[in-house]
Amino acid sequence: MSNKLIDLQNISKSFGGNLVLDELDLYIRENEFLTLLGPSGCGKTTTLRIIGGFETPDTGSVLFEGKDITNLAPDKREVNTVFQKYALFPHMTIAENIAFGLKIRKKSASYIKDKIRYALKLVNLDGYEKRMPDSLSGGQQQRIAIARAIVNEPKVLLLDEPLGALDLKLRQDMQYELIRLKNELGITFIYVTHDQEEALTMSDTIVVMNQGYIQQIGTPEQVYNEPENAFVADFIGDSNILPGIMIRDELVEILGARFDCVDKGFGENNPVDVVIRPEDIDLVSPGEGTIEGIVTDTIFKGVHYEMCVMSRGFEFIVHSTDYYPENIKVDLKVNPFDIQIMHKPESEDEKAVEIDERLP
Amino acid sequence: MKDSRNSLVTAPYLLWSVGFIIIPLIMIIYYAFTGPDGSFTTRNVGDIIYFVNMKALMLSIALSLVSTCMCLLIAYPLALVLTQVVEKNSSLMALIFILPMWMNSLLRTFAWQNILERKGVLNGILVFLGLQPFYIINKPPAIILGMVYDFLPFMVLPIYNSVSEIDKDLINAARDLGAGSFQTLYRVIWPLSLPGVISGITMVFVPSLTTFVISDILGGGKILLIGNIIEQLFTQDSDWNAGAGLSVILMIFIVISMIITAKYDREDG
Repeated sequence: MSNKLIDLQNISKSFGGNLVLDELDLYIRENEFLTLLGPSGCGKTTTLRIIGGFETPDTGSVLFEGKDITNLAPDKREVNTVFQKYALFPHMTIAENIAFGLKIRKKSASYIKDKIRYALKLVNLDGYEKRMPDSLSGGQQQRIAIARAIVNEPKVLLLDEPLGALDLKLRQDMQYELIRLKNELGITFIYVTHDQEEALTMSDTIVVMNQGYIQQIGTPEQVYNEPENAFVADFIGDSNILPGIMIRDELVEILGARFDCVDKGFGENNPVDVVIRPEDIDLVSPGEGTIEGIVTDTIFKGVHYEMCVMSRGFEFIVHSTDYYPENIKVDLKVNPFDIQIMHKPESEDEKAVEIDERLP
Repeated sequence: MKDSRNSLVTAPYLLWSVGFIIIPLIMIIYYAFTGPDGSFTTRNVGDIIYFVNMKALMLSIALSLVSTCMCLLIAYPLALVLTQVVEKNSSLMALIFILPMWMNSLLRTFAWQNILERKGVLNGILVFLGLQPFYIINKPPAIILGMVYDFLPFMVLPIYNSVSEIDKDLINAARDLGAGSFQTLYRVIWPLSLPGVISGITMVFVPSLTTFVISDILGGGKILLIGNIIEQLFTQDSDWNAGAGLSVILMIFIVISMIITAKYDREDG
């Protein structure tokens, strides 16, 4: 998994004076499930379209197995795309849709027939050959779109928010389906989504993007547990993000109280951002914690209670399986390794310190 | 309750279609199958077997087919170009090609007469440039030219609409799956635009088949299309029965052509 299969170098792209990607560098390894994650307008779809060949970058180059393919037409690339709204050809049967790429490559009729059967089996839709796309449900159409792409044996499958139009239950089923497909096919998946849960569930590597910049690259655990900045922390999962002052290594001051932490190298008396996940805060009896507060709101969420705790003017979100009624006084306690210290960015869209946390 | 409200809404349209479509149609058929004394006859419809009438009908069909084909050949690439030009300007571009429709068709046809005349604008320019003058006025090519010019927008518009309605991702998907520009056109864009092509064909072929103004002005009264013969029967000869008889024949041909195109549409769509 160490080869750079696709290498994006210094890619910039703007549409009508609006800069969508700014000097982006990113490589994708062979057999990796890499997810581009970010809010709409962050440049994730544009990145995918540049890899697919539907957009040409203003600057920079796209290397595929070391060869420059920046200006190569989509039909000449060894990648296939699964489009957001499936884009099945409405005038063709399911079999004709799947055979489209193979017919263009002039494969023999028996080869095409075998491939159609294999692909339909793979996506659990045997026997659908003669159906028309509009007679299928959204989830089925999505799986046909995947089948149509993979029969061409691409080295990379590009997926543009493929589950976006499906309902929640189907979306969760399809996530497992995609992981299974990826393992069976043994090819590289590049997946675009704004859904952090999808990204965390399926990916080997998550690339968090915002405003045309990469904010962080890492495994789902790294991105969730060690967010590089406030944007990443906020975008992935619920989080409490507070301003703090790094007193010295392993000691941070938040809301006037001092907390032990495990981070080093932020200098002394420097302003920082601090992230504490809601599930990492323990509510204890008054006098037993680091900082006092009062429960202002309690909602039952099924697995846990979600509580708002007002403490020195900051409203913490706390997830706990223990129930605390509203208006009760509590103390908050956080384990040192659950406190994540981050550099404070100079401005909203400042280029993040691009740390690729993948092992080389 | 719902039914009575529905019938209230549809009543004006029902009255319209009875008063202005059904009754005239019945009258045409009545005149077509009666003699001057009001007795039943098939003579009016049978008039089509006369050489001059048959020749006019065949010429009408031939010229209409040629001009429909030419319209299609011009309009399809044009519609493709219109949908591909910078998207913001594409409707403006379409408007420019539709614009002639807003001018009186009689005026446009007279303009072509002026251009094509023996000593007209075109030949004036050709002679000025020292080239051979070009005589097509009062010949079938002039009529075809008139038909193509007059009816081209009716071909462009439905094709442009159906092409611009094609999801861009379908075209991207075709390219993504390895189809070049031509394959994409042939396998995806063309079949998906067929409904527009079919309605374009109908909207050009039918008025071409029935026109008498274009053949009158650009044919110099020497070339008789079936429309001219029917017009003369009604206006000059005041023989409504014979005119209605030929009209019915013409209607049969139009219905046949529409059945053929509709069938083709269903098979491909």
